[in-house]
Amino acid sequence: MKQFWKSMLKSPSGVIGLFILLLAISVAVFGPMLFPNSPWRMVQRPFLPPFTLSTVPLGTDALGRDVFAGMIFGARVSLLVGLVSTLVALVVGVPIGAMAGYFGGKVDDALMRFTEFFQTIPSFALAIVLVAILQPSIYSIVASIAVVSWPPVARLVRGEVLSLRTREYVQAAVVTGQSNSWIILREILPNALSPVIVLASLMVATAILLESSLAFLGLGDPNLISWGYMVGAGRTVIRQAWWITVFPGVAILISVLGLNLIGEGLNDALNPRLSREGR
Amino acid sequence: MPKRVLLGVLLACGLTASALQPVLAQEPKTGGVINAVIQPEPPGLMLAMIQNGPTQMVSGNIFEGLLRYSPKLEPLPELAESWSVSEDAKTYTFKLRKGVTWHDGKPFTAADVVFSIEMLKQTHARARNNLVQVDKVEAPDDDTVVFTLKQPFGPFLGIFEVGSMPMVPKHLYEGTDWKTNPYNNAPVGTGPFMFKEWQKGSFIRLVKNPNYYEKGKPYIDEIYWQIIPDAAARSVAYETGKVDVLPGGSVENFDVPRLSKLKDTCVTGAGWEFFSPLAWLWLNNRQGPLADKRVRQAIMYAIDRDFAKDVIWNGLGKVATGPSASTIKYYTSDVPKYPYDPAKAKALLKEAGYKGEKIRMLPLAYGETWQRWGEAVKQNLMDVGMNIETIATDVAGGNQKIGDWDYDIAFTYLYQYGDPALGVGRNYVSSAIAKGQVFNNVEGYSNPEIDKLFADGAVATPDSKRKEIYEKAQKILVEDVPVAWMLELQFPTIMRCKVKNLITTGIGVNDGFKDAWLDK
Repeated sequence: MKQFWKSMLKSPSGVIGLFILLLAISVAVFGPMLFPNSPWRMVQRPFLPPFTLSTVPLGTDALGRDVFAGMIFGARVSLLVGLVSTLVALVVGVPIGAMAGYFGGKVDDALMRFTEFFQTIPSFALAIVLVAILQPSIYSIVASIAVVSWPPVARLVRGEVLSLRTREYVQAAVVTGQSNSWIILREILPNALSPVIVLASLMVATAILLESSLAFLGLGDPNLISWGYMVGAGRTVIRQAWWITVFPGVAILISVLGLNLIGEGLNDALNPRLSREGR
Repeated sequence: MPKRVLLGVLLACGLTASALQPVLAQEPKTGGVINAVIQPEPPGLMLAMIQNGPTQMVSGNIFEGLLRYSPKLEPLPELAESWSVSEDAKTYTFKLRKGVTWHDGKPFTAADVVFSIEMLKQTHARARNNLVQVDKVEAPDDDTVVFTLKQPFGPFLGIFEVGSMPMVPKHLYEGTDWKTNPYNNAPVGTGPFMFKEWQKGSFIRLVKNPNYYEKGKPYIDEIYWQIIPDAAARSVAYETGKVDVLPGGSVENFDVPRLSKLKDTCVTGAGWEFFSPLAWLWLNNRQGPLADKRVRQAIMYAIDRDFAKDVIWNGLGKVATGPSASTIKYYTSDVPKYPYDPAKAKALLKEAGYKGEKIRMLPLAYGETWQRWGEAVKQNLMDVGMNIETIATDVAGGNQKIGDWDYDIAFTYLYQYGDPALGVGRNYVSSAIAKGQVFNNVEGYSNPEIDKLFADGAVATPDSKRKEIYEKAQKILVEDVPVAWMLELQFPTIMRCKVKNLITTGIGVNDGFKDAWLDK
């Protein structure tokens, strides 16, 4: 573990990514405490440009709502959706991939055909349809993002498990009569985790983008402010008021970039094939 | 023998002259093509069966009614050139214009009128309602139609507008299955323009009727109704010159000031007098906290309607005072007032014992303006302590929920058609409560006194008596707040200044191309 942090902190992209993520998380957690006012509240005259009033540093939107407050509350929704939907996707994808890889044969065939069924549908289109059917709410959005993002996890885990399955230590465990679940959980999965962790960090980024795209199209939770919603609502007035779209847009860009950098850092730190000191 | 008062011709001559005076100063020029936006794409053009806003707008130039209406809602001759009323106000005799033909060349006669009315009674809900007092319709000769009423009906001369009672060709529809008649897709009317083609998702093309009975009209050769689904793209289409006319409601409100400032651009709020759209919130009177009158009054006090007018509607329109728009007959402003007063709203909520029960709100899925309005109203209500949850739906989903009474608050706007008996009463009388519909009495308000007032008002004579009845009804309704009235909406029409005379009647663009011309 120590080793991991050491190499993680050595990679510049990992450090920058971690910094951005920590910043975003602290904004999401503590920001609303510092700005107790609802971001939906109309506080100033509409279309106030940024940097004119210190109370609304980033200006106001079409209804006179504080863009800065919206960014802070939006961070909460974006990160929450990103993390939770990734977690759900992992909970679904890892067991399916592990079982397919471990048992092989008919089980593998059945599970992989099932996975491919989801992979053949363009993921964003599927997410839109799901949210539209279930009606937009934070739950339906998390669910639909999870539904479209678990198949790659399953495929990745299956591949890893397939290769680990033939290792001698696994076969030794089989010979000693360990149960299948014990072998999968204790012997195989821990060794297959590294690529999954890297993938997960990128999935959080994708999920944030997906949520933003859905909200941009008006399929966000109408009771929660999110960056995508702000961009979507400001899009039509972009010629009068660029700041309504630009600031949340930049927030999306930075947080997605940060997560990608973390993914890169994790890849460097966890990949045994890359030569490192002390290995 | 009742004395007949021949007022049609006199009235018409006087009115047309005065209404068109300033524009007649310039001699109309013939020729040219106008591109106008139609938003959204209409589901069909057979006006007798489909009455969506966009259908009325396109087909009002293909079909015609017996009468047209001035901006002050006075009747003008159209297919009927004159009319008279018997002294007991129960017999209306219309003299039809001679030499009118359908677009296929067949003559238009009184038999078409009688047939149209029979058909509309089955296909057109509002026409059916308007014709409830009609006992029989007869055609003594080819140029005369006589309506006999069961009892005097004050607003009777207000029901002949093209969208309310379009004339349908008997020879093409009689004895056919109306729903599958092929002429639904290529409508045949008597109007100044003929249907030519419809490229779905792209444009609807109308061409000049060369045999139109008013010699010289129409002046325009062709109309292209352009279908552009995205609001921003519609503004751009105007800016780049692809379209010349943006009818009311076709661009987002915040684009209106910018487009109005463009060179050679004229803007008018006129042309909606007949409809007088009034926006309000359906409040479900049946269940939950909103069953309490005090909670409904609190909602009226809690919402900053001036803010909505100034910010969301860019200063267009007017804050509503009650169930009637100020352009409707017998409107009175002498009713209880609900200024923006959050403190009073909180006090009323407390008095009513509201304890933060969840209240579901349905915004109207008609675009950005309505979404923003929903957000602003939600915030207003949350500020006084109401627990509002917005339900996101599309238009169809929202209609379904409203029709099933599965809502607490829902946005809407409805037309009022000039007379309280035609467009106001239907929203408050208990006989208009029916599951599955999104118009009429959706809120479930039921008050025998109001039922009686509206029943009496429709048939009372003379006018002063109707006025008295409707003013009383308005006072009771405003006190009870069955729905929360928001704004009298105004939908500005934006067009190039070279488009002349497009809006001269109370329904504006809907039948405006008859008189429109292009100053090249």
